[in-house]
This record gives sequence, structure tokens and C-alpha cells, in this order.
Amino acid sequence: MIVMNPTKNTTKRVAKVVILVAVLIVPLMLSTFGFTFYLDLATRLSILAIAAVGLNLILGYGGMVSFGHAAYLGIGAYAVGIPAHHWLYGGLNMVASTNGFLQIGLAILASALFAFLTGLVCLKVKGVYFIMITMAFAQMLYYLLVSISEYGGDDGLVIDTRSEFPLISLDDPLQMFLVSVLSLFIIMWGVRRIAKSQFGMVLEGIKGNEARMISLGYNTFRYKLVAYVISGVICGFAGALLGNFTTFISPEMIDWARSGELMFMVILGGVATTMGPLLGAITFIVVEEVLSSLTIYWHLPFGLMLIGIVLFVRGGLSSLLERGQKTDD
Amino acid sequence: MTELLSIKGLNKSYGGVKATDDLNLSILKGELHAIIGPNGGGKTTLISQLCGNVMPDSGSVHFSGRDITTMSEHKRPHLGMSRTYQITSLIRTMSVLDNLQLAIQAQAGHSFRFWSDVRRHQIERERASSYARQVGLEGQIQSRVDNLAHGEQRRLEVAMALTSNSCLLLLDEPLAGLGGQEAAEMIKLLDSLKGHKTMLLIEHDMDAVFSLADRVSVLVYGHIIATGPPEDIRQNAEVQQAYLGEA
Repeated sequence: MIVMNPTKNTTKRVAKVVILVAVLIVPLMLSTFGFTFYLDLATRLSILAIAAVGLNLILGYGGMVSFGHAAYLGIGAYAVGIPAHHWLYGGLNMVASTNGFLQIGLAILASALFAFLTGLVCLKVKGVYFIMITMAFAQMLYYLLVSISEYGGDDGLVIDTRSEFPLISLDDPLQMFLVSVLSLFIIMWGVRRIAKSQFGMVLEGIKGNEARMISLGYNTFRYKLVAYVISGVICGFAGALLGNFTTFISPEMIDWARSGELMFMVILGGVATTMGPLLGAITFIVVEEVLSSLTIYWHLPFGLMLIGIVLFVRGGLSSLLERGQKTDD
Repeated sequence: MTELLSIKGLNKSYGGVKATDDLNLSILKGELHAIIGPNGGGKTTLISQLCGNVMPDSGSVHFSGRDITTMSEHKRPHLGMSRTYQITSLIRTMSVLDNLQLAIQAQAGHSFRFWSDVRRHQIERERASSYARQVGLEGQIQSRVDNLAHGEQRRLEVAMALTSNSCLLLLDEPLAGLGGQEAAEMIKLLDSLKGHKTMLLIEHDMDAVFSLADRVSVLVYGHIIATGPPEDIRQNAEVQQAYLGEA
């Protein structure tokens, strides 16, 4: 437990609020001055941050390092793209629709199902094996989508019509941004609540000492599976937003490199923290953007920088917010 | 007295090594039953089989008349048996109070409660701290387990076993690594539990064993070679030869 120093604690809170407000306000200001590009960047950032928040639930709070979470981004995006495709070109009447609620519902259901089924297998193993098997399942989905020519196979598919909601039009970049960023805030708050709840405490206990939790009488597998499904659903929702944002879906969204990026955002920002995934996503997206505008060989300095942060900023970027914070350990 | 735990014909081999060899033992309700024996005699393997961490090759374990031989590990605490570890096993990154609260929650049905802040549940927090008081950790409830002294960790370990209202405690060397003062406190604690709990105590400290135990069993090469009151065991020639040394 942290012994709170009131003034430092207030500073920390202020810093967090400033970051959250900045994420909302800065893109809006830039876009009113005509830099609409930054609004798009912030939308992409918000969506990936949602996925990182979802991944953090199991990676950070639960200690389960999933290397296949981009699969859920893909599932969510295809849950928008496939119904939209059939709505336009016929076939598969059951799902053919541009109704946003139906599409997001489908994204959530499909993600939950995929997480549940793969979780049954993945969660039987630990450590490196868990990492490899989550990646393997994601790659299986990747190759499955590559093989379905109806949905463009390798090339992917253009989403002609975005999800339709009453009163909201995702075709408007501003509304797309607001939906994404507000979803992000709500989900950050929700995951924070879960982390502090009884369920979260059990998850923390499992991360700390699973053998002990079993001998105390916890069916740890069940708790891990539920966390895994919640995490998948959050990423699936992010995927549905991503599909609407890019209006393009392809198996490439599921590629293991994408999963790695999500992992990186979480670790970069600081695992098992509320702000971590957001800070990680901001850094990742902004630095990627800046470096790639400077040089086409931006991957090299980018990679070096990431390694540097992970090595030298223990606890990730969010630990910088805690600097000078007196803890009793 | 009635029999609480009954072990019949238990066998467990690792490769060619018989860690448990046709082991028969019955623990009576309310007694403190100590198991002594040389290192590698199969004491921890026995505890592991009793709590379900290791499955026996053959034989049976009955608890309160119920066959629990193959019951999975996480279900057994709910019947009323809990254990402590030879090597301290706590959730080191969490506070004393959190550890105790997790131990309490484990018995309270499921923990699929996702919303309210668990550290603000006053009643549960108060219950958890009452167990901390019982083992003299009331001043440390907010400390991370990492920061506790070894003796304090050992006592927390026992406190976590106590929260379960278990009638049977499986204590795997609770004195391991404790210095004079700390060991004395632990012995006092175990003594205070006598009569309230049935305890199966594995221990190397002979003074502790002979002062605490109602009955003692001697485990050598996975087999119980003698069971009886401490004074009988002390005088048993076979035991002296196998374990206590040619005295």
C-alpha cells in the first residue's frame, strides 16, 4: 500500500487530469485551426489506447502476457466489415446490416467467443508457452482470413458504409474522434474499477502467487478465463471502432507485429496502471509519427528508443508520474 | 476421539524413488499430530498429497469421512483444510491485510464482484485485521509482505490458514528458518491453537515437537515406522536408530 503524501498526491492527480484533458482538447484545437490530420491521428491513438487498456487487464493486472491481442482488433473490424459488405452485395442475410448496434454487438460476441475458446487452451499453460500459443491462435485467424476470398483475402476489404447510429455520424471525423476518445475514458474508468474490485484483487493475487491462490481455495483458471474474455471484448470493441475509422479491413490488422505493438504500448506506459496504456499509446503514436516524417529509416531509432525506455524507466512512463512519491517499500 | 483424516495405503513414486510407501495414518479430531523423520523421508510429499497438489499413485485419503483422494486442490480448502508452506508462500507484492482478505474471500463463495472497491469493505477489512492481531501483526497490516521480517511472514502464513475456519491445519515446518525469539513466538501461537484446531505438524525442531504434540509419527523412506505419544516415541529404539541418532 502506498502511503500518500497529500501534496505530491495532488500533483500526481493534476498531472493525470491534464493528460486526459489534453488528449481530448489538443486534437480539437488543432483541427479548428485546420490541422485535421491531427484529429485523425488522435482518433487512431484513442482506438489503439482502448486496445492497450484491454490488454493491460490481463498483461498488467493478471500477469498473462498475450502476444495475440491484435486478433481481437481484427475480429472487431471484420464484425463491422462483413455485415456492411453483405448489406451492399447481398448474401448472409442474417448479419447483412449497417446498424452500428448490431455490428458492435457482433464484435463483442465474436471476441468473447474467440477469447473463451482460445482461453480454454491458452490458460492451461504459463510463461513463454502462453505467449507462443496466444500468438499461434492469432496467426491461425490471420491465415483463415487470408484464405477467404469473399472478404478480399490477402488484400482486405473496403468498408463502404460505416456503422450507423441514431444521432451520431461516424463519417464526420470530429464525431468519430469524440466517440473514440469518450469510449477510451469510459473503458479506462471501467478497467480501473475492475482492478480495484474483489475480482481485481483475486487477479492480482494470481499474478503474485498462483500456487498459493489455489491452495487458498481459488479456482484460478476460472478467474483468469473471465479476465481473458473481458480483455478480448474490450479489444474487439476497439477493433469495431478501428474498422469504422480506417474503413478498410485486412488480415494485416491481426499480424503478430500488431500484437507486439499493443504489448509495447502497455509495457512502455507501465503495466497494471490506469494511465499506463494511454501514455504508452501516446508515446508510440507520436514518436512513430515524428520519426517517420524525418526519415524513412525511422524503425531503427524508434526501436532503440523503445528499448531505452523499457530498460531505463522501470515501471514504464506512468512511473514518472509517481516519481518522488514516498512509498513504504 | 473421532477420526478426522484417514490415510490408507498411500503410495507415490518418482521414477524409482518411493516418496510415499504404503503409508497409513489417522489424525484424530482436535489433536496436534506431529510428523518427524529424516530429510527426504517424504514429509512434504505427504502434505502435497493431502492438499491435492500432488496426486497419489494409489491408496486413499478420507477427510471427515469423505473420500478426497482425487479431489482438485482448490476444492479442498472449502471442506475445511488449509495448509502453510515450508518455504513461505505469500503474495509478496500485496499488503498483509490484502493477503488476509484474499484468504477470507476464498471461503466466502465466489469472488466475481467487479465493481465496488474491495479495499473499502470495512467489515472484511476489520475481519482481516483481527487475524493480523491474533498473530501479533497488527502494527504491520499495511506493509507489503516483501517488507516483513521472516518471522512475521511465517506468522502471516499461519494467520492465513486460520482465516479459513478450517478444522484441519497442515503445517509444513512453520519454524523453518526462525531464530530463538521468533521460534518461541511461533510455538506460543501454535500452543494457543491447540484444542481449537486439529493440526498436522511437520517439524524438525524436536524440542518444539515434543512439547507441542499430542501424538508423533515417524516417517522414514515414505513409511510410518511408529506412532504414539511423544514419550513413547522418544524411547522407541527403532526411531532412535532411524532418526534421533544412536543416543
